Amino acid sequence: MRNRYFSRSQEEREMPGLNMASLPDLIFTVLFFFMIVTHMRDVDMKVRYEVPQGTEVKKLGHKGSISNIYVGHRINSADGEDFCIQLDNQVATIDDIKVFLEEERQRMSSEDQARMTVSIKADRDVPMGLISDIKRALQREYALKINYAATEKKIVEN
Amino acid sequence: MFRKQRRDVSGLNTTSTADISFMLLIFFLVTSSMNTDKGLFRQLPPPEDDAREQEIEVKKRNVLELVLDGNDRLTCNGEPISNQDLTLRVEEFVANRNDAPDLPEKSLREVHLMGRVMVSDRHVITVKADRNTTYNAYFEMQNAIVRGYGHLRDQLARSSFHHSYARCSQEERDAIALVYPQRISETLPEKTEGGGK
Repeated sequence: MRNRYFSRSQEEREMPGLNMASLPDLIFTVLFFFMIVTHMRDVDMKVRYEVPQGTEVKKLGHKGSISNIYVGHRINSADGEDFCIQLDNQVATIDDIKVFLEEERQRMSSEDQARMTVSIKADRDVPMGLISDIKRALQREYALKINYAATEKKIVEN
Repeated sequence: MFRKQRRDVSGLNTTSTADISFMLLIFFLVTSSMNTDKGLFRQLPPPEDDAREQEIEVKKRNVLELVLDGNDRLTCNGEPISNQDLTLRVEEFVANRNDAPDLPEKSLREVHLMGRVMVSDRHVITVKADRNTTYNAYFEMQNAIVRGYGHLRDQLARSSFHHSYARCSQEERDAIALVYPQRISETLPEKTEGGGK
């Protein structure tokens, strides 16, 4: 009796395996979604910055034609008051902008060069003196299209 | 003799595909960032040589003088002003709807798609920021100016083309930009000792 009961329960427990055939497809879909909506992180940040907020911001266009200049607090520094500039992967000075722009221009194709935009990603508390120095350097190198990086603020109509 | 025998082809084992694609997914999640870059576009003037530098005579009525001092206080023609009011002030200044004598001159010009209209091509907004002004204050001022222009251009787009500026074609935008050109002149603060590193 007991034996028979046991064997029957064994038979009942035999469930068909879950069909996993569609799982790879599902994951691939998620993968492609992420590949499309994200972009590669290409620099390690040496400065910490918080961009201002604006209502009139527009999306930056084609990524190949954009050069970034970061301005903010130095990460891993004892005195947090110091602001510095980061070009590519290293902390730089105003004088390095010239070389940086030349390198960026060489990297770009000719059509990207024509619409080259320099995006200034600066912290809110950076003094304008530093920003003007950067702008002056850009002007001297004829990198005249600039962009002040910002996050979008919802418009409150009054 | 060569009769084909039915052979059982065993199905390809695809159990690991899920794992492989999970790996790829995690790789992309780690190496990528979601945020899309946005910002305020500006055009810088070409560099000035000392020889080429010229003082352009501008009538007082055509100038809106904005000054940001070292304590982030914004003044417009010498009076303190908030960023919201600045937007309205820029609109009023650039449009000069009633041809007030103390607001900028306008001139009659032929504009593609619109015919002969009054264009505000004489006004100048001058911006001067102290070296100690914070970037945030400067940015908000720029944002307010651009917003003022944006309102005017949007109004014009709605009255001339019956849809918003955002939906205008490039040709229509060019026409609007002729009527309300952005004329902002920036005086870079004087280079002083111990400036930005």
